[in-house]
Amino acid sequence: MAIALATTTQIAGEAAGEILKLGKPISFWGGVDPRTGRISDPRHPNHDADIAGKILVLPGMIGSSSSSYIMLELMSIRRAPAALILAEPDAILGLGVVVAKEMNYGSIPVVVLPRADHDALRTGQRARIGADGKIEILG
Amino acid sequence: MKLTGDEMDLASGKRGEAAAMAMRIASEMGRMLGASRMIPVASSHIDGALYHGDSGVHFAERLVAGGAKVVIPASLNVGGLDMHDASIVKYDAHRRDMAGRLMKAYEAMGCWPTWTCSPYHAGHRPKLGQDVAWGESNAVAFCNSVLGARTNRYGDFLDICCAITGRAPYYGLHLPENRRATIVIDTSAISPALKNSDVFYPVLGSWYGAEIGSAIGVIDGLPADTSEDRLKALAAAAASSGAVGLFHAAGVTPEAPSLDAACGNRPPARTIRLTPDMLRAARDRLSTVKGESIDAVALGSPHFSIGEFDALEALLPGKRLGIPFFVCTGRNVVAELERQGRLLHLAEAGVTVVADTCVVVAPILPAKGGVLMTNSGKFAHYTPANTGYAVMYGSLADCVASAETGQVKREERLWQ
Repeated sequence: MAIALATTTQIAGEAAGEILKLGKPISFWGGVDPRTGRISDPRHPNHDADIAGKILVLPGMIGSSSSSYIMLELMSIRRAPAALILAEPDAILGLGVVVAKEMNYGSIPVVVLPRADHDALRTGQRARIGADGKIEILG
Repeated sequence: MKLTGDEMDLASGKRGEAAAMAMRIASEMGRMLGASRMIPVASSHIDGALYHGDSGVHFAERLVAGGAKVVIPASLNVGGLDMHDASIVKYDAHRRDMAGRLMKAYEAMGCWPTWTCSPYHAGHRPKLGQDVAWGESNAVAFCNSVLGARTNRYGDFLDICCAITGRAPYYGLHLPENRRATIVIDTSAISPALKNSDVFYPVLGSWYGAEIGSAIGVIDGLPADTSEDRLKALAAAAASSGAVGLFHAAGVTPEAPSLDAACGNRPPARTIRLTPDMLRAARDRLSTVKGESIDAVALGSPHFSIGEFDALEALLPGKRLGIPFFVCTGRNVVAELERQGRLLHLAEAGVTVVADTCVVVAPILPAKGGVLMTNSGKFAHYTPANTGYAVMYGSLADCVASAETGQVKREERLWQ
């Protein structure tokens, strides 16, 4: 039976895909290549992982205020994650999605899942996020 | 989120389509972050004019086409080009064109062409307690911590939207109760000699950001006369390794006349005693190699001040820099150096002064790669991913000494 987790919605939407759970916080600027969607920081534990199309689980956000630009660029070239699951409300990545909507580059769901519930999520699992913000782990 | 009549007029397009889009984005962000209303802001520092892809150019040019003008002083962070010397940045034709278009679009909206990540050295210094909307992580941390003005970490695009509307969502660090420190950093185990050295501050910042994340801390035990340049280095490193928007230093920064005052006269949730071991580990994490040679040096993240140029020039006599040596700074500082007749001397010594941009945001370093040495915690953090160079951290004096032959010379005694 599928596990369902309740979240707080920052940006509503539906998505399905494979989970990529990052091992450490990241700055999208200086951490994700805006031309490929791959993690470019050699010091990051998920170095070289491709975030495009993934349900990206982030333990925290650090660093640059330009990460919203990287998010917009990824949306515009169709290399963005399918959804973002954050540990706490964030003002930078969601901004990239809000601007993407204005620019007609589409939108993705952004939800906040308390850190304690992140244990239920593992890289490689398939999951779905509903319009109500609920995360369903499909196995 | 409740909008005033004026704000609703803006959103409905009474001041043009661009102002309407800016108001929609700013109020949508406010709603997303749980703000109940928008507040007027006195100034903005804008980080969106640095090229990371065509989408940002299309966004800025759409604002320009819609008649956007900023209504408050809005300084510009670095761009992708050195406007004085086109040979500095080695973009291909498309990226050069787009980076230039992006810079022109922001100038066309009436922004202040400071083109620096140290706007506080270029005359943009909001007052204690003033609400502003700043982007660029180091500038945000400096603005909140050292100037005591109030800003959140405004991301690219929201900064310009706030400058066009003159408003920002009321949440986070705009609220006085959210500026109170809950974590105390006790530095009494760190030697006064280290605390009186420039090399300490980026390492302290890098440790602090990784440890504290987005919480608010107060650092206890820094010298009362800690200079702005040292606080700037601390802020930049902390904002690179963590989501630090505000820190306090007891007896040093304006909202921390005392430890108790920084904590709002309440007991802290946690006290961390910083040890020399913790600092050495943080220093070692700033380097990605332990090698014996370097291929280039880069200084100036955040952009060098006149005082930092003074310190650099004091180390240069009698030395010949044998490898590429870059110093990034603002055009206002370049103008001052020129007035004082110092630019030629720097060039003769082998220093390449980079204005308006910097070596980790645009292709400036020699393409062959190698090891870059820096005294900046922020450069140390971003160099590997953004330039492909490995990185080695050292003091200003270490950087100059090592640049003579490319053989690494680092002063270790302070760290024992």
